[in-house]
Amino acid sequence: MSFDRFSHTDMSVRDKFWQINWGLVAIVCVIAIIGFAMLYSAANGSFDPWASRQMARFAVGLVIMFAVALIDIRLWLRSAYAIYLAALALLVAVEVAGAAGMGAQRWLSLGFITLQPSEIMKVAMILALARYFHKISAEEIARPHYLLWPLALIALPMLLVLRQPDLGTAGMLVLVSGVVFFMAGVRLWKFGVVFGAGLAMIPIGWPFLRVYQQQRILTFFNPEGDPLGSGYHIMQSKIALGSGGIFGKGFMLGSQGHLNFLPEKQTDFIFTMLAEEFGIMGGLFLLGLYVLVLIYGFAIALRSRNQFGRLIAIGVTATFFFYVFINMAMVMGLVPVVGVPLPLISYGGTSMLTLLFSFGLLIGVYIHRDIVIERYGDAQSL
Amino acid sequence: MYRDHSRHKTFTRRALVLGGAKLVLLSALVGRMYYLQVVESRRYRMLAEDNRINLRLLVPPRGRILDRTGVLMADNEKNYRVVIVSEQTPNLIKTLDKLGTIIPTNDYDRRKVLREVKRKRRFVPITVRENLNWREVARVEVNAPNLPGVMIDVGRRRNYPFGEAAAHIMGYVAAVSERELTGEPLLELPDFRIGKNGVEKIQDLKLRGKAGSSQVEVNALGRVIRELKHNPGEPGSDLTLTIDMGLQKFTHERLGEESAAAVVVDVQSGAVLALASTPSFDPNLFTNGIGTEDWRELVNHPRAPLTNKPIAGQYSPGSTFKMMVALAALEAGILGTDHKVFCPGFVKLGRSRFHCWKKHGHGHMDMFKAIQQSCDVYFYDVARRTGVDRISAMARRFGLGSKLGIDIPGERSGLMPTRGWKRAVTGVPWQLGETLVAGIGQGFVLSTPLQLAVMTARLANGGKAVTPFLVKPERGAGGGKSKDAAKGKDQAKAEAATGTGAVGEGENIAAEVAGTPEFPDIGVSKASLKFILSAMNAVTNSRRGTAYRSRIKKRELAMAGKTGTSQVRRITMSERQRGLRKNDQRPWRERDHALFVGFAPVDAPRFAVAVVVEHGGGGSKAAAPVARDILREVQRRVPLGSVATIGGTKVAAASARKRARTKGGRGGQGEGAQ
Repeated sequence: MSFDRFSHTDMSVRDKFWQINWGLVAIVCVIAIIGFAMLYSAANGSFDPWASRQMARFAVGLVIMFAVALIDIRLWLRSAYAIYLAALALLVAVEVAGAAGMGAQRWLSLGFITLQPSEIMKVAMILALARYFHKISAEEIARPHYLLWPLALIALPMLLVLRQPDLGTAGMLVLVSGVVFFMAGVRLWKFGVVFGAGLAMIPIGWPFLRVYQQQRILTFFNPEGDPLGSGYHIMQSKIALGSGGIFGKGFMLGSQGHLNFLPEKQTDFIFTMLAEEFGIMGGLFLLGLYVLVLIYGFAIALRSRNQFGRLIAIGVTATFFFYVFINMAMVMGLVPVVGVPLPLISYGGTSMLTLLFSFGLLIGVYIHRDIVIERYGDAQSL
Repeated sequence: MYRDHSRHKTFTRRALVLGGAKLVLLSALVGRMYYLQVVESRRYRMLAEDNRINLRLLVPPRGRILDRTGVLMADNEKNYRVVIVSEQTPNLIKTLDKLGTIIPTNDYDRRKVLREVKRKRRFVPITVRENLNWREVARVEVNAPNLPGVMIDVGRRRNYPFGEAAAHIMGYVAAVSERELTGEPLLELPDFRIGKNGVEKIQDLKLRGKAGSSQVEVNALGRVIRELKHNPGEPGSDLTLTIDMGLQKFTHERLGEESAAAVVVDVQSGAVLALASTPSFDPNLFTNGIGTEDWRELVNHPRAPLTNKPIAGQYSPGSTFKMMVALAALEAGILGTDHKVFCPGFVKLGRSRFHCWKKHGHGHMDMFKAIQQSCDVYFYDVARRTGVDRISAMARRFGLGSKLGIDIPGERSGLMPTRGWKRAVTGVPWQLGETLVAGIGQGFVLSTPLQLAVMTARLANGGKAVTPFLVKPERGAGGGKSKDAAKGKDQAKAEAATGTGAVGEGENIAAEVAGTPEFPDIGVSKASLKFILSAMNAVTNSRRGTAYRSRIKKRELAMAGKTGTSQVRRITMSERQRGLRKNDQRPWRERDHALFVGFAPVDAPRFAVAVVVEHGGGGSKAAAPVARDILREVQRRVPLGSVATIGGTKVAAASARKRARTKGGRGGQGEGAQ
C-alpha cells in the first residue's frame, strides 16, 4: 500500500471502487439473506408478499449504497445542512398531511414509494451534527453556547416526530445525537445536566402521551397482568423465544409464528421467529454478524483522518447498534414495545433504504479515510 | 492543519468507552437469550404446546336400551341440522333468504343466527335449524352450490320409539343442570345429555360411555388447522330390560285414558314384564328441553302424568289385603279356615257400625267363601281376633309396607300400621275400630301397585320372597348375579328374617345347595298358602266369585285373583240413608279406587299382576277385566319355554321337558311352583 497514492485529494472512481470495504458488504449481504429466509418462513413458505419485495428493495439499496460510498465525502460535508433542511421539510409535510388524516401519520406517499421522513431524518441528523462538530475546535466545544446550535438541530425534528407521535424514533434521535455529542468531546457533566432535565420532564410529559403509549410502558413493567391485552405480545414473544430452545424447532416449523400467536412477525418481532426456528444458536449467529458490522464501524471511525468522517462513522454505527439492541431487548421483554425494526431483516422499505444509505456513508468514510479536511470543507493533503 | 490531533485523541479514548458500553449491553442480550432459551426453555415449550394444541371432547353415543326380546326401547337418532359458516358466505342475509326458499325457516331461526354471528368467530359453524327430515337434507345438499357456507351437520338425539308407552320405565334425558356437574368435563359439553329419571337415571353411568377426544392444532384465533390425534372414545353399553315391550304397550293401551297403574311380575324371578302408568308423557319432549307450556300442562294435569303410579302411587289395598289378614290369623293359629261368621251387612262396635259392601249381608260365611265373595264383616271379625300387629307383620313378609328396591327411582314404601307405630307418630293409642278397618285393607294401610304384584307373586310361587327388578343382570361368571340382584336378595332375606324369624338356617342352606330358589322362603305353611290360592281361584272361576265375569275361560291359561275396592272418602250416614253409594253418582275425585291382583295360570303360576284404576269404581268391574286381558296377553306373548330365561336368574323350570326346550339350559332345577 503506497501511502501517497491514496492521499490524493482526487481519486478516480475506479480507484475508489477497489477501496470499497468488501468484507462489510459481504456481512451486510449475509444478514439480508437471513432476513429473506425469515420473511419466506413468515409467509408460510412463500416469497409473496414479503420476501420478494424485500429482495427488490435490497437490490435497489445496494446500488444506492455503492453510489453514496463513491461520492466524495466533501460533497456530503458541504450539502449536510441542505439534506437536513430537506428532511425537516418532509417531516413538516407529514405533519400537514397527518392533520388532514386521522391518527398517527408517519408516511408520505410519493406515488411510487411511501416515504418515512423520520427515518431519513436519522441520517440527515448525523450528517448535520458531524458537519457542525467538524467545524468547531476542541476549545469551542468546551464553551456551552457553542452547543446551543446543535441542540436546536436535534430539538426541531424531535418535536415534529413526537407530534406524530413516534416515541421510538424520537428516542433513537436522542440516543444517536447523544453518542455524536459524546464522541465530539462534549464534557460528561453536560450530559448529566441534560439527563437530569429529561428525568424531570417525565411527569410533565406523561399526560401528553397517547393512551396506547402509556399502556405499552405500563405493560412493560407488568406484562403478565394483562395477558390478553397489550401484554399478550410480549408474553407470546417470550414463549416463542423460550420454546425455541438451543437449536430451535427448525426452519418453517415454529408453531408460535406460523399459528399467528406471534404478533408482527414479519416486522418488529422477526427476531423472535428466527430464535424460535433456529434456537439460541441462530440468535447468537445473527448477533455475531451484527457485532462484526459494529467492529467494522468502529475500525472505520478510528481509521478516518477527518473529524467529519469519524463522527459519521460513529453515528451510523450507533444508529445500527441501537436498532439491534432495542429491537432484541424489546422482543425479549427487556424494554417496552416500541416500534423499532431489526436492521436488514425486518420487512420495511424506508428503513432498509436508509440503512443501506448510511452504510454507503460508512464505506465512503473508509474510502476517503486519508483525506484531511479543513474546517470549511477544503481538503488538505499532507 | 488545525488541531485535529487532540480531537482524534479524545475520539479514540471515548470510542473505547462507547465500545465497552455497547459490549455490556449486548452481553445483557446474550444473557437474556440464555435465560429464556436455555434456562426457562422447558416452561416456555410447554406454554407453546398449550397455545398450539386444543383438546376437544367428543360425546360418546349413549347406550341403547332393549327389552327382553331385543326390541329397541331407546336409541340414538341422527339429528340432521343445517349450519352456516359466516366467513364462507359472501352475503349472509342473502344466503339465509335463499335457504329459506329451500327449506322452511322462521324469523326466530334467522334472528338467532344473526345474533350468534356477531358473538362467534367467523369460522365457527352456526346452527340454523335442527331435526331436518330426510327430504330437507336432500334439498339442501342438491342446492349446495347456490348456498355458500351452508352445510349439513349430523348430531345425535335420544329417541324413544314407543314414546308414552314406556315413559315411566325409561325416564328421559336432558341437558345437564348446574347441580349435576361433578367436575367431569364430559358433562360440560353442550351436546351431552344426562339421564334424569327412570332407567336412564339409575343406569346413567353405564349408558354414558367414555368420552372420546380430538387433539387439534389451532392458531391464535382458535381456528382448527389440523387434527393431531383422534380417540373415538367408548360408546355407552347397551342395556337389556326385563320388560316385554309388546306387553308393555298392550298394558299401556289397555289402561287407556284412566288414571291407572298396572304391574306384571314373573312370580319365580321377580322380573318385571310390564309396568304401566297412565296417563303418560312423551319422553322425547325432554331431550332438547321441554317447552314451558308443555311442562306446565304435565305438571297441572289432574291425573298426574309425571307420577310413576305403580311404584310411587300409594293406595289402600282394599279387599286385596284380605289374603294377608287370613294368613296372619291362620299362621298365628288363632282360627282355622273353618271359622264361621254370620254377615248381616254390618257389624256394631260400640256406637259405630262397620258396613259390609253388600248392603243386606252375605249370611253364613266361612273363610273360603269370605275370600271368594269378599265379605267385609267376616274380615272385621278375623282382624279383631288377630290384631293389627300380626296382620302388619304378615303383610311385611309379603313385601308390603317397605321399599322393594326396584331399580328405578321414586319408589315409595306404603304403610303397614302397628299399634306402636300409631302411638309413636300421632301420640294417640290405637283404636279397635282401626283394626277392623285395616282388616279390609283400608284406613292406615297403604301399598303401591308394585307391592301388590309382588305380594301376589310371593303367594303364587309358594312363599318365596322374590324382589322386583327391571334391568337384566349381566351374565357374569358368578351365575349371572349382578350387584343389584344380590342386594335385592339380601333385602328379601332380611325381610323374611324380621317377618318371622322362622326361616331355619338349615332350610336356607339346603335350598342354596339345591341351587333352585334364589330367594329365601317366607316361612308360611304350604297348607295355608294352598288354601289362599284355591280361594283366589274361586274368586274368578266359581260362579259366586266377585270376578267370575272376568275369568279366563281357557282352562290352561285360567287366572286366579282378588278384587279390591277402596274408598277414597268415608261415606256418611246420611248419604248411606239416601242410598248415595253408587260410584257413578259421585264426582270422579270421590269415586272408589278399583283394584285387582291376580296370577296365572292357576295350576302352575307364572305371572302375577296388580291393577289399580284410580276412582274407577268397583274392583270387579273396573280392574278385573283389565287384569284378565293383561294376563291373557302375557301368556300369549311369553310362551312357557322362555320363562326360565326371564331376568337371567335361575328360575325353576316346570319340568324336565320344558327345561330341555329352553335354549342354553341355564341349569335351573327344582320343584314346580304350586
